Order: sequence, then C-alpha cells, then structure tokens
Amino acid sequence: MVFPFSAIVGQDDMKLAILIAAIDPRIGGVLVFGDRGTGKSTAVRALAALLPSMRAVVGCRYRCDPSLPVGCEECEARKRAGKAAGALKSHTVPVPVVDLPLGATEDRVVGALDLERALAQGVKAFEPGLLARANRGFLYIDEVNLLEDHLVDLLIDVAASGENVVEREGLSVRHPARFVLVGSGNPEEGELRPQLLDRFGLSVEVRTPQDLASRVEVVKRRDAFERDGEAFTQRWAKEEARVRRQIVAGRARIGEVQVSDAALERATQLCMALGTDGLRGELTLIRAARAFAALQGDEEVGDAHLKRVAAPALRHRLRRNPLDDAGSGVRVDRAVAELFGP
Amino acid sequence: MSGTAVTNAMSNTLAAGLFAVDPVGLGGVVLRSGAGPLRELWLARLAALLPADAPRRRVPLHINDDRLLGGLDLAATLQAGRPVAQRGLLAEADGGIVLLAMAERLGAATAASIAAAIDTQELVAERHGIGSRCASRIGVVALDEGIADDEQLPARLRERLAFHLTLAPASAGDADDAALFTRDDVAAARARYAAVRLSDAIVEGLCAASLALGIDSVRAPIFACRAARAAAALDGRDEVNTQDATLAAALVLAPRATQLPAASAPADAAAPEAEPEASPEQPPPSDEQGPREEPSLAAEPDDTPAGPIDDVVLEAALAAIPPGLLAMLALGHTKPTRSPSAGRAGAAKLGSSRGRPTGVRRGEPQGGARLNLIETLRAAAPWQALRRREAATAGRPRAAARIEVRREDFHVWRFKQRSETTTVFVVDASGSAALHRLAETKGAVELLLADCYVRRDSVAVIAFRGAGAELLLPPTRSLVRAKRSLAGLPGGGGTPLAAGIASAHALADAVRRRGATPVVVLLTDGRANIARDGTPGRARAGEDALAAARLMRIEAYAALLLDTSPQPQDSARELAVALGARYLPLPHAGASLLSQAVRAAGVGAAAPLAAR
Repeated sequence: MVFPFSAIVGQDDMKLAILIAAIDPRIGGVLVFGDRGTGKSTAVRALAALLPSMRAVVGCRYRCDPSLPVGCEECEARKRAGKAAGALKSHTVPVPVVDLPLGATEDRVVGALDLERALAQGVKAFEPGLLARANRGFLYIDEVNLLEDHLVDLLIDVAASGENVVEREGLSVRHPARFVLVGSGNPEEGELRPQLLDRFGLSVEVRTPQDLASRVEVVKRRDAFERDGEAFTQRWAKEEARVRRQIVAGRARIGEVQVSDAALERATQLCMALGTDGLRGELTLIRAARAFAALQGDEEVGDAHLKRVAAPALRHRLRRNPLDDAGSGVRVDRAVAELFGP
Repeated sequence: MSGTAVTNAMSNTLAAGLFAVDPVGLGGVVLRSGAGPLRELWLARLAALLPADAPRRRVPLHINDDRLLGGLDLAATLQAGRPVAQRGLLAEADGGIVLLAMAERLGAATAASIAAAIDTQELVAERHGIGSRCASRIGVVALDEGIADDEQLPARLRERLAFHLTLAPASAGDADDAALFTRDDVAAARARYAAVRLSDAIVEGLCAASLALGIDSVRAPIFACRAARAAAALDGRDEVNTQDATLAAALVLAPRATQLPAASAPADAAAPEAEPEASPEQPPPSDEQGPREEPSLAAEPDDTPAGPIDDVVLEAALAAIPPGLLAMLALGHTKPTRSPSAGRAGAAKLGSSRGRPTGVRRGEPQGGARLNLIETLRAAAPWQALRRREAATAGRPRAAARIEVRREDFHVWRFKQRSETTTVFVVDASGSAALHRLAETKGAVELLLADCYVRRDSVAVIAFRGAGAELLLPPTRSLVRAKRSLAGLPGGGGTPLAAGIASAHALADAVRRRGATPVVVLLTDGRANIARDGTPGRARAGEDALAAARLMRIEAYAALLLDTSPQPQDSARELAVALGARYLPLPHAGASLLSQAVRAAGVGAAAPLAAR
C-alpha cells in the first residue's frame, strides 16, 4: 500500500519538480535535498502508482519502445530473425520505478553473468541489472549522498549516455538505460560530487512545515492512512486520477508549446547573471519551463514559467560558495527578481 | 534524585509496553545504557510482552549486507549447483524485533538499510544477481552504549525510532516498578489498537507541543499520536485521553526537544499561556527537577487544573526533558545533539582488508586479501563443461565437487582505504589574540575551509580560551556548520595553549583510529598564560604547551602553525619546532599561500601513513 501522491501536504516545489520530470524525462532527474521527516521518500514511492502505463515490446528485457525505429540489440536481432521490421508485438506495462538500495553491489546495478545458466548449462548469458530495469522509468536513490563512489561513477556515465555498456566476465553487452534519476538526501550528512550534481536536472529543497495547521494535517492524514489504507486510498483516488490526467495531457501538449526567442534570451540572461557553468543550465531551464507550461495547459513559455522553475533548474549549478549561508536558492531568486522585476 | 530515578525507570517500563503494542508503527527504541543487568532487565521485560513466537534477532556490528539483506547462500549454492538465495536477517525478524548491538558505532550504510526496511516494511535486496522482496515488519531496539554526546546512532535511524530512553541506575525504589503489564494485556491492546479513537484536539495538542519544542521532523508528532493510542489501548480504553497524550509527549517529544518554548516566539500561538510560567521555572535544571517530574508522568491530569490540552501536553513534555538536555537548552544551544551524521566505522584495519570494499580483482587470497566467492564462482562457471570434458579426456578422476574451481578463477576483494583527510582547526580565541586578530583568524580559517570543501575534506574546529579547550565542531563535511560554529565564537580570557594542543592531539588520535588522515592547523600567537591544570602563569603555561606539543609530535601528525600575532613571535616559532609543524606567519600569508601550505601538510601526512 502506497501513500497517495496528492495526499502529501504542502511540499509544492518537490511535487512540481517530480511532475515536470514525469512530463519530460529528458530534463534529467530530480534531486530532493532536505530535512528528515518531510515526505521525500513518500513522494517518490507514490510516483509509481501515479504514472500512466506505457507500451513496450513483448519479451524485451529492456522494455523497448515499439514506436522507435531502432530498438535494443536483442530486439534488433529478433527483427532480423523475424519476417519484417516492426513485426514485434507490444503490450502495456507500468512505468518502472526502481529503488537503488544503498547496499547494492555493482554487478546487480549494471548486470552480470547469469550464474544460474552459467552453472547449469555452461551458457554465457547476460543477466540485466537495475539499470536495465529502470529503462524508460525512474531510478530512485535514497540517501544519494552516501552512495559508494564506484557506484556514483557508474551512474554518472550511464545517466549521461543513456546506455549501459557492460564489458566484464567475457560479456560484451550494451543496452539502453534511459531513466530519470531521482535522488534524495540530507545535505548535513555529506555533499554530492559536483559531477553527479550536474546530472540532476532539477534540485529542490524541502523543509518541514512550521505552521501548526499543516503539521496537524500531515499527522492526521498519516494516521488515517495507517488505520485504514484502503479507504484512504479510495478517498484520494479522484485526486490521483486528476493528477494523472494532467501528466498525460502535459505529455501530449509539450511538443506544441512554443518557446519564443525572447524567452530564450531571458533564460540566457538569467544564466549569465548567475554565472552558471556550461550550457546545461540554459537547456534545463528552457526544458523545465516548457514542461511546466505544458503541465499548466499554456501554449507558450512566458516569464511566469521561467520564474517558477528558475530556482529548481539552476540552484545546484551555481559556482558554490560553500560558506554562503544564504543558500543558492536565495541567490537565484535575487537574480530572478533583478531580471524580471517584482 | 531518587524521585527522578523512579520516574525514569517507570517511564522506561511504560515505553516498553507501548512499543510492544505496535513495534512496527513506532519503529523502535534507542536504549542508551551500558551493558549490564539494567539493560538485560529491560530487554527481558520487553520480550515478556511480545508474542511468544515473535522472532528476535541480534545484529552484530560487523554484519555484512549479504546476511542483513539477503543474498546468495554460498554453501547451498555450491551444493546445489545453482544459485540459492538466503534470507536476510531483517526478513527473518519479520513480525518481531531486531536488536542492534553497539548501535552508536553502526555504519551509515547499514543504518540506511535498516531505515529503509522500517520505512517500507519490506526488504528489497538487489544483490549478487538475486533480486528478492520479502516482508520485513520489524521493531528495532538499538543498544546504544555511547557515553560522549557525539557518540550516537546515525541520525537517520535514530529519527525513525519513536522512543529514546536512557537507563539510569535506579535507586531503592526500583522494586515497585516491576512489570506493569503482562503479555495478555499487550495482546488485548493490540486487538483494540486500530480502533482507538484519537480526537483532533489531542492531535493538535501534540503537534503544537512538537513545534514549541523546536522539533523539525513531522515524524515526532506522528509517533506521539501512535504512542498515545497505544497507551489508551493498553489501558483498555477506546478513546485517547489527556493522560495518554501527556505520556506520549513525555516519552516521544521530550527527548527530541531542541529549544524551550519561550525561545520560539513566533511559531507557537498554540501555547501562549504556558510560556511565561514555564520558562522561568525551567532553567535551573538540577534538583528541583525531581518533584516536578513525578506528577507529570504519574498523576498529571489530577493535579493540573483543567487547562487547554495544548498546555497540559507541553507541560508534560517539558517536565520530562532530561536534566542534562534541559541545561543545554537553557543555555541556548539550539541543536544540543551535535551528532555526527554517520556512526563510527570500526577501528582501523591494516593491509588489504582495510577500508570499504570497492570492487573485486583477479588474484589469490593471500597476504590478507579476502576471497570473493561470488566472483570466483562467476569466473569458474562458464568453463565447467569444458573442464569436465578436459578432465575426462586426460583420464583424471572426476572431482567430487560439482564445480571445478581452479586457481586462475580466484577473485579477491579490493578495499579502498579511506584517503579522506580531516583538517582539525585549533583556534586561539584568547584575549592575547586580541579581537581584531581573532577576526583575521576567522577569515583565514574560512579561506582554508573553502579550500577543504574543494578537496572534500572533513573539518573539525577546536577553540581554546579562558580555562580550557572546547570542541566546537566534531569532524564534519558540512562547512556551513563549521562556519556557523566559528562565527559564534567569542574572544577573550587567558590562553590555555597546552589544553588546546592536548585536545587537538586527542581528536587527531580519534580521527586516525577512524581511518582518516588528520591534519592539525593551529592558529595562535604562541603566548600561553594558562597552565595545563588551569592555573595562570606565563612560564609554566609555556612549558606545558611545549610539553604537550612534544607529546603530539611523537605521533607525527601533519601540522601547520599559523602565527596570528602582528609581528612574528619567537614563542610561536619554538612551538612549531616542538610540534614538528610547518610555521607560517599569518601577516605574510596570502590566501593562496595558506591553502598551499595546508595542502602540502596534507600531502606530507599521507606519506608516513602509507609507509606504515
């Protein structure tokens, strides 16, 4: 039983970032940093139940998208063996949300030699790992800042290329591994390596609610869920369906959302004012603004959209002054206020 | 004093009862106490309350993830010739409790795994080619034997356990706190638990109290609500009353308090009346506490005039705040538990078994290298058919083993030695390092901190002034905290240089034991005037400082002395020699020179360690 996404009290930034990533997976993941007990894990785990299902090739271990002209190596081989291209059947599968536990071993993450078949039949076969399972879905890493360095290296590489290349134990396999990286953690327990930080498209900071009313609401909802999960989920089913429709509509609309030259210029100005490294900042800002506009049902990216997503898209790309207490979110807000006016 | 002890013992017993009603929902108990009869008694009492068939597993500190989360059962795998999964210990404990031995030294990764199990109530293991998912509804009892403030359970796990108990040696009154409930009581309470009603007023009261006490996490009021409900169920009622709520506040909220209500002016409109009365009474923490505490736990509702529920609950929580914590809160330490984020790794091991496993390489298990069986099997697996055929053609007798493993298949673990550096800043905040110099010193430290950030070092800050030295910040990677602790540092008083050096020495030892490399950066003018035993006197103080420095030099820690006086001092230079430290007069040191110096010191530090 999963706590419903829409029943999470407050935390609008976090929920918005997750929805934006669900609409445009190319944004490259969401990083949720914040206090303990703020519903970080709950939100991500709730996502699985929320996402609409997708079409995938039947029997494909990587859930290839049948609408793509070129599939994974295995699908291509089957196509060649079969009659004509595109003869593969497809079916509807849920979008995978895969948990990467902190203790996971490298072979389980990238995939490894299939021990069972190797021992029983002496066959050298590849057993896909978590990266394969997360293809076209979400890869969730709780406490991402505590992840072992060698796993982090691995993720950085795969997240950038969208492809997992395995060259070990005499195996030579490559398969698609496009996933939205969702990481959560508490910055007090360790910082994230800048390279991995950069892979995340959006970064949000969550705080515990400090007003009594919302606290009481959190406790009450949790209590109701605890006591009768079925009834609670039922009560929120309508709201969940609404959010799901919003995602579906957003995805359908995103191709048509216009980004004017003026908006592009605005985004570039903002990034220049903040001194972000590279072009990834601008790209993410525009993509996030477009996804946000699609989510809202708007046809064109405007200042309002840029303003709303500026902090999540740019906050973690500033050249860090580790001793600046103000926090980078404040710096982004300041730059936004200067550029866009109040 | 005796009053406190009885109350304490009783509330601990009560907590055991509440925990037994809903071990999963309440997460668990942090039991802070040394090993001994007291702890055994508490555990025995808890065991007597839980269902007779509830599993109980003890997790030793050195448990590996295979055993904790489940993985490949090697013995069975070899015998069967196919992978056989073994259940993790957390799955075996499903429906029962898990005891964490020496929990204050638990590693971050293990703590995270257990925390995930508590959250999801299932175990998702992705290890060694086997993905499994099994139920793991557990309650955790963390046996915390920490003594110092910073020896604590990793915060992530601590936060998920509802009760934080301290077992204090009880006095004569111990006898009458004998088991308050029986197993049947608990069984009856479990049956009633889910149906117990919880009024909005109580929920609001507990939430308001948690806010007023400066508890950030929303888990605290959630736990408090569950505890209140369990209390009502144990008492055989279907509705939570004020007494249950006060008990829950005392047990769950009080140990988590980070401030006294008076300090939280804006947030709590909830308890406006309680504040003015409560706060002046609270600061004197010691003996008056006893009588106040007793009624709050035992018979509060009768004594208290029927005030608003918020006040009653907050009052109870306040009264139950442990005296030590209370004293710290009264002094305005807003975050009294400066717990380091992670638990402590075990003692440093040498050779190729040191550090964290980072991977596997081909090689033989010799010279201390540990065999990695899984990888060895993997390497051997593809060749089995071939080898059997080969053995047959060579006329060799068929091996009895199902799997033929050869020497070239061997794989061993590769461990990564933690190459992390911990820079220990020892800052002279005395009067002789006059105020403007202190500001400059702070500036220099900040520069160095920024540099440490780039290299991802940990930092620790020790300040000495007045009568002694104080550890402002235990080793951390959070530089914001480092800066904060430094910014709040007042100047003035004598210069207990010897004490400063001694505490740096102790900290450096601890850092090395943890497997990191310490670099000590001492910022002082070298003019000591407080001797080791706290008596003033320039001559003795100077000798003591030099003696402490020579003592530390034996350990060959990398050290750097920044002379903070306006004119370079002989005393500081002498001290640097005694310390075996690099000497750098601050007035001449620019930012880049400073950072170079620290880096050079760090590089120097790694070499002797590697040579060991």
